[in-house]
Amino acid sequence: MIRRLIQDICITILLVLGFTSLVLFIADAPVLGAFQHIWLGSFGSTMKFSQVLAVWVPLILCSCGLLFTFRANLWNIGIEGQVIMGAIGGMAVLRLPGIESPALLLFLAFVAAMISGGAWGLMAGLLKTRGGVHEIFGGLGMNFVAQGFILWLIFGPWKRPGIASMSGTELLPHKLWLSSPPGWRVTYAGLIIGLIVLVITWLLLYRSKLGLQLKAIGKNPRAALLYDISPEGFYLLSIIMAGACAGMAGFMQVTAVYHRLIPAISSGYGYLALLLVMLAGFRIFPVPLLALFFAGLNVGAIQLPIVLQIDSTLSGVIQGCCVLSVLFVIGMRQRRRQL
Amino acid sequence: MIGDIPYSILMASVLAASAPLIIIALGETITEKSGIINLSLDGAVLLSAMAAFVVAKESDSLMFGFLAGGCAGMATGLIVGYLSIYLHLSQVAVGFALSLLCRDLAYFLGNPYSRTQGPTLISSQVPFAEYLPQSVQTLITQPLTVPFALILLFFLVWFFKLSRTGLQIRSVGENPAAAFARGLNPAKIQMLCVLGGSFLVGVGGAAYSLSLKPGWGRPQGAEGIGWIALALVIFGSWQPCRVALGAILFAFLQVGGIGLQTLFPTIPAQVFQTAPFPLMIFTLILMHYSTRKTRKHGEKQRGVQKWLNMLFMARAPKSLGTSYKQE
Repeated sequence: MIRRLIQDICITILLVLGFTSLVLFIADAPVLGAFQHIWLGSFGSTMKFSQVLAVWVPLILCSCGLLFTFRANLWNIGIEGQVIMGAIGGMAVLRLPGIESPALLLFLAFVAAMISGGAWGLMAGLLKTRGGVHEIFGGLGMNFVAQGFILWLIFGPWKRPGIASMSGTELLPHKLWLSSPPGWRVTYAGLIIGLIVLVITWLLLYRSKLGLQLKAIGKNPRAALLYDISPEGFYLLSIIMAGACAGMAGFMQVTAVYHRLIPAISSGYGYLALLLVMLAGFRIFPVPLLALFFAGLNVGAIQLPIVLQIDSTLSGVIQGCCVLSVLFVIGMRQRRRQL
Repeated sequence: MIGDIPYSILMASVLAASAPLIIIALGETITEKSGIINLSLDGAVLLSAMAAFVVAKESDSLMFGFLAGGCAGMATGLIVGYLSIYLHLSQVAVGFALSLLCRDLAYFLGNPYSRTQGPTLISSQVPFAEYLPQSVQTLITQPLTVPFALILLFFLVWFFKLSRTGLQIRSVGENPAAAFARGLNPAKIQMLCVLGGSFLVGVGGAAYSLSLKPGWGRPQGAEGIGWIALALVIFGSWQPCRVALGAILFAFLQVGGIGLQTLFPTIPAQVFQTAPFPLMIFTLILMHYSTRKTRKHGEKQRGVQKWLNMLFMARAPKSLGTSYKQE
């Protein structure tokens, strides 16, 4: 059993390395150099590693949210929009006048981010249960709406005095930045919230009745009805929880990373988390490590355009290739078993 | 009239903008008619647009460009088809991962060619057009993608309604087990449909980088088009005519958005670009209700309601999205 697992992992790694090398070869870039620079740019120094952790936090939050919806067999592609709405909700509170204490303001913003993300998720859920719109298309539509909304805010009501530009809103005052260890890019609060959410997700999904009920619905919604589990309520619950987790990620992006609202506030972490959870086989245990791997790729690829004059989307190529290779290996194994 | 644009120019640009979208959406219609969802459309469109532009630039031939685009699309179809039909993996999972992979691959490989000049498909003059009024002339002076899209549309209407092969494809999409019992090979038919459909998707992607939004860059202008095309297939209820109608409607909204922008200069253009999406969700809800009502009552409707139902009724191929395992 374990031998077969190791065998599968080796085949996957070979497939990914082979494909990536081929792509680099076509692009006429140094193959080994690219891998080396990704490594140096992500785990080469403490500063870089803290940057990786700063990406790890929102990825973990989004992935935990997605674990809930995947457990109920929902494809919550709308997670990207939920991150954006979380960022907007948090920012709306941070802009409130009259509250002096930064800690209280940050806490309120955190709650508002969770609520707005969850509400955006709920809308996609209602579209599915009441409106008959498949969650993939409802969620996608809502993503584009959220993107339009944030652009309107940045160019309209929340623009910087005088100029409105793609570079975003005004910077938040320093007292509203989440504090981080000196010289590091990741915040205390981010790491702690990430770990707490990870543990809570594990408890809820693997050690509670809720996890079991979600699983029952995911496996067979009709049979679940016989056990008096209503699919609609649990669909909505799971997507609200996913939205709340995504909202937290949006809050982190605003208060810990960018300190303002920018059009690309979600940085595509929602979609990336979808890939990540697929790669983890919809289980929670590989998620933290794989999130570190994905975050490392993202951060490591940032310097590629400067050092090697190749585009930084190489990280996305590797990530997508990982998922497809794993799917391919799983498919081949199942096929072999049947023959 | 929206803004200051005359009707003839507005309609001409709507037609030009809808042609690539029609080709892409019809390609996906073929795929879905056979029961397979190819969710990788968004990435496939970008990848084929990139491949088409690069090949057309290097070979200085538009023909090769369009062929390269089609082949790039077909390559994505091959992956989706093999993994979902022969390895029975989830079509949604494969399609979504492939979509992101292809998008990033397109940006990565196309990077050296971004913001460079390349060959462009220009509008071709129709013979004897000079005898027609000026407004009709502007309307029919279109790049070759427009007539191609229209011919494809009529061909597909005939193909699915009246041809034997079309019937076989439909039967596989509805019930592969029964089709197998009748002596058809569902896996082979599905694979051919995925390949053919994704070839058209690639041609549509090529139409973006070679004609509608010439050149390659980041953003290219074709972002999100794949998702729109997927929604259009549902909106069109898997019928070629309605799919094409939806594509024209979407192009109208996009072109109209530019006109609206002159009326509201403070709102950025990107906001208008998102306008079709809420509309799409709204239509999907309408479709759900009109479909459900007719199913429930099964009675005959009259007048406006009947007309509305005809417009919004939708029926998916029955085995869409499930993979067929031969016993």
